[in-house]
Amino acid sequence: MWRDAALVAGKDLRIEARSRVATNQVAPFAVLVLVLFGFALDPDRGILSRASAGLFWVAVLFSALLAVQRSFAIEAVDGGGDGLRLLGLDPAGIFMGKAAAVFVELAALELLLTLGVVVLYGVDLGGAALMVATAAVATLGLAAAGTVYGALSAGLRVRETLLPLLLLPVLAPVLLSATRAWEVALGTSVDDGWRWVQLLGVFAVVYVTFGLVGFGALMEES
Amino acid sequence: MTAPAHDRLPARSQASFILGAAALLALVSTIVLGLGLPPTLEQGPYARLIAIHPPLAWAAYLAFGVTAITSVLYLWSRTRRRVWDRVAASSAEVGVVFTALTLVTGSIWGRPTWGVWWTWDARLTSTALLLALFLGYLALRGVQTDVHTRAKRSAIAALVAVVDVPVVHFSVEWWRTLHQGRSLAQLTPQSDLDGSYVAVMLLGFMAMTLVYGWLLIERYRVEALEEHFEDQGLDRALEERRAEAEAVVAR
Repeated sequence: MWRDAALVAGKDLRIEARSRVATNQVAPFAVLVLVLFGFALDPDRGILSRASAGLFWVAVLFSALLAVQRSFAIEAVDGGGDGLRLLGLDPAGIFMGKAAAVFVELAALELLLTLGVVVLYGVDLGGAALMVATAAVATLGLAAAGTVYGALSAGLRVRETLLPLLLLPVLAPVLLSATRAWEVALGTSVDDGWRWVQLLGVFAVVYVTFGLVGFGALMEES
Repeated sequence: MTAPAHDRLPARSQASFILGAAALLALVSTIVLGLGLPPTLEQGPYARLIAIHPPLAWAAYLAFGVTAITSVLYLWSRTRRRVWDRVAASSAEVGVVFTALTLVTGSIWGRPTWGVWWTWDARLTSTALLLALFLGYLALRGVQTDVHTRAKRSAIAALVAVVDVPVVHFSVEWWRTLHQGRSLAQLTPQSDLDGSYVAVMLLGFMAMTLVYGWLLIERYRVEALEEHFEDQGLDRALEERRAEAEAVVAR
């Protein structure tokens, strides 16, 4: 399973590295979202820096939608999905691989967006351990849940509109928890930030388990 | 594929008729008795909404519970039957209606009692997310694709949605305990309940359970009829084309 996962993740990341869709489209889109929030909330740095944790995670959520869509779009062309199945790879391995690739893409994007909120919103970073732990666990949850739903809507004619409707309510707890934890780390709120990390951990475990068990059922037909 | 469905056209059964009549009776008596409840000191006439609001929420949970169980039954290959898929679909649709009504009645109660139509209270927020999750489920069901594929994916989506509910609940609960300015516990109707309120609310629970059961049976019947006519429509179209071809050959 681990070997299959590494193969699939390597393949997906190589495709992204060569096609440059992630770097040329998804990353600029994410930064654009940050700029649009700036327009909507006034360039008044007070509001922006106070709301920066929430805005950051909303931008990550939107980009995650794109990353997941992209992850299954590359299987849709040239019979890629059938190819994966014919290779006899373990479905759990395929799930892990695809989720891992999405995880790596999102993690890179989060680094860029962190830079973005520092530069554009004037945020002072602090509580690095909490920030990094939150980001790691939240991204794991996003990647796992996204991959499950990506497979769920893959191959349907209306997948572009269906995926956000299915995925966004499911990701609501991630947005909430990650935002709260980051607010604590950035000093805009006083709370026990690690409690939120634990909740994010529960979310991630639930969806990783679901993907490992259920991905076979999703793959075998599409 | 499945056996031809032509010979077992689902008809409205007598049981459904009796259930429907009982549901109607219970619903009418809940409304009549509920409107006859004395207004309370704190909330005036709005406290009467207790006769239908908690029962609606209960029916919604019941409906989604049934969807979850039948989805598991469909996914498990040993118990896989088309029946479970249809029950899951019908129950989810009825559940969405009940959830929406729960939010609407709650909102109507909240406006005079809290002064706002909507507040970011934990229970309200998680109910709204529950509605969004199952609207997504219904959207997935509405997609035109192979019946088995749709059934399988819908079943998985229903399970994921149900699994998500406790996480959603915890997150909004913690979220709100931080920012909640006003304690909702003081304002909940339970604090000034007397015997007649409890009795009417229990009647309401019974009424909504009956209504749910009746709606589920009828929705299931419609679902089965739709499938039946889809199958039949294809057969009929084939026969027509064949007849056309024969007519051409005969000429």
